[in-house]
Amino acid sequence: MEKLSIKEKKLEAINLNVFYGQKQVLKDVNIAIKANTVTAFIGPSGCGKSTFLRTFNRMNDYVEGFRKEGDIIVDGKDIYQKMIRVEELRKKIGMVFQKPNPFPKSIFENVAYGLKIQGIKNKKLIEETVEKSLKQSALWDEVKDDLKKSALSLSGGQQQRLCIARALALEPSILLMDEPASALDPISTSKIEDLIWELKQKYTIVIVTHNMQQAGRISDNTAFFYMGDLVEYDETKKIFTNPEKERTQNYITGRFG
Amino acid sequence: MTSAEKNRIKDKLFGYFGLACTLFGIIMLLVFLSDIVMKGWEKVDFDFLTNYSSSRPKKAGIYPALAGTLWILGLTALIAIPIGIAAGIYFEEYAKKSKMANFLEINLANLAGVPSIIYGLLGLQIFVRSLNFGASILAGACTLALLILPIIIVSTREALKAVPDSIRQASYGMGANTWQTIWHQVLPASAGGIITGIILAISRAIGETAPLIVIGAATYITYIPEGPMDKFTVLPMQVYDWIGMPDPEFAKNAAGGIIILLLITFLLNGIAVYLRNRWQKKVKW
Ligand SMILES: Nc1ncnc2c1ncn2[C@@H]1O[C@H](COP(=O)(O)OP(=O)(O)OP(=O)(O)O)[C@@H](O)[C@H]1O
Ligand SMILES: [Mg+2]
Repeated sequence: MEKLSIKEKKLEAINLNVFYGQKQVLKDVNIAIKANTVTAFIGPSGCGKSTFLRTFNRMNDYVEGFRKEGDIIVDGKDIYQKMIRVEELRKKIGMVFQKPNPFPKSIFENVAYGLKIQGIKNKKLIEETVEKSLKQSALWDEVKDDLKKSALSLSGGQQQRLCIARALALEPSILLMDEPASALDPISTSKIEDLIWELKQKYTIVIVTHNMQQAGRISDNTAFFYMGDLVEYDETKKIFTNPEKERTQNYITGRFG
Repeated sequence: MTSAEKNRIKDKLFGYFGLACTLFGIIMLLVFLSDIVMKGWEKVDFDFLTNYSSSRPKKAGIYPALAGTLWILGLTALIAIPIGIAAGIYFEEYAKKSKMANFLEINLANLAGVPSIIYGLLGLQIFVRSLNFGASILAGACTLALLILPIIIVSTREALKAVPDSIRQASYGMGANTWQTIWHQVLPASAGGIITGIILAISRAIGETAPLIVIGAATYITYIPEGPMDKFTVLPMQVYDWIGMPDPEFAKNAAGGIIILLLITFLLNGIAVYLRNRWQKKVKW
């Protein structure tokens, strides 16, 4: 893989070790992710993909017993430093969770929430942002007549696209997606994949997925994790056609995991 | 007989037993209620609500006691609700795992089980004497507020606990801080449960007599309290006073007072049930 200059690195982990209590879930992970690329995290269940993803916006801070060694760098800054305000950090790093988790409020309020907590009161701006975000996440046509409806009355797939719209409304520069399509039917899945392609122009996207075809279709680079180790990280083409490690080969071809 | 058949019979028997127990409870309550209503209904009219206490049972009314009860209710709510909710939020959202919080939590559970007369003694010492409130509405309300505080805190915590963590995560993930998350997401989602708990706590406070007797609340009041430092009496104390009268006519007054007291309680509980159902419909996970 090409070496990245400091400026090109959007996200970076340096000698990262993560523990939950006594248990070590990430072991000496090093990775550098280039701006405006899509990176897929793959690996068997429980290998630490979600944990790793969540270190980039410090969502692990709320987990009891969480402890880390090493550094996480976003835009050239160590985000675990005391000076860093996590709220600011999370405004530029959107997150989509493994399970759709809309707020028990209207569709409109869900998407407008990020602006609201930033103190933005301009109604027109909020309405425009809501519409734009819902269009981006390919949900607009289905809900445009009924934005006041409770988000909980949407289907699982619609809820997940709502959660994506909610994250996009803040216009982050980074998007962390934890298996965003695991609860979706093939049509919504392909809508989301198209969306990821488009977003790549402006965003740096990291996506966790169990779907090998999906990783192959949408990602530029792929990182394969196994039991807390980053086994191999390379261009997706290379990982899927000619991986260096046997472990990776076995996982890709479905021989284990 | 096979064991499956045996189990089925046992199951049936227990079902009947449970039904009998339930019926027993309901029937006792109905008997008690109808007795009260038969005795006291003739008393309940406009005059009864607006007359002052009197040595002649036909003329005696509950006006001062009703006013006192409403005063006490209002002031108790004013004191207990903000403190109770704030403490509940602190325990559930901020201090989740500290040793201090654990210690306080155990004591809170104990406090909820302390007999109400002990609160009366506490109120007498702190509010009536040390703070020099005298046997005033304020002293009574502070004492009752202490009494229902643990109930409000515990029910607030339960309501907050019922809000799934994924909602908090979503909010934090969007860059909200803890307070924004609580204010915009957690509280609205748990409001039904919190309000229900508050109303039930307050309807418990209405019926309390012992702590108010201990702090020295009067039984015979000939005026309507106009401020929190005034002396007062409350409905249950008025009822208690009448029951002790030698003239049997006063028993009817007591029954009338009980009817009013029950009506207030039922009204509050009705509101609690209504709010709970409304919010449950709105918020479904
Ligand atoms: N809150 C937690 N407390 C303690 N251990 C945890 C916690 N969350 C995850 N773990 C453990 O950390 C390890 C990594 O979990 P993680 O959720 O990161 O895996 P994953 O690769 O995302 O798995 P999946 O593909 O199933 O989502 C697992 O062994 C898991 O049991
Ligand atoms: Mg995961």
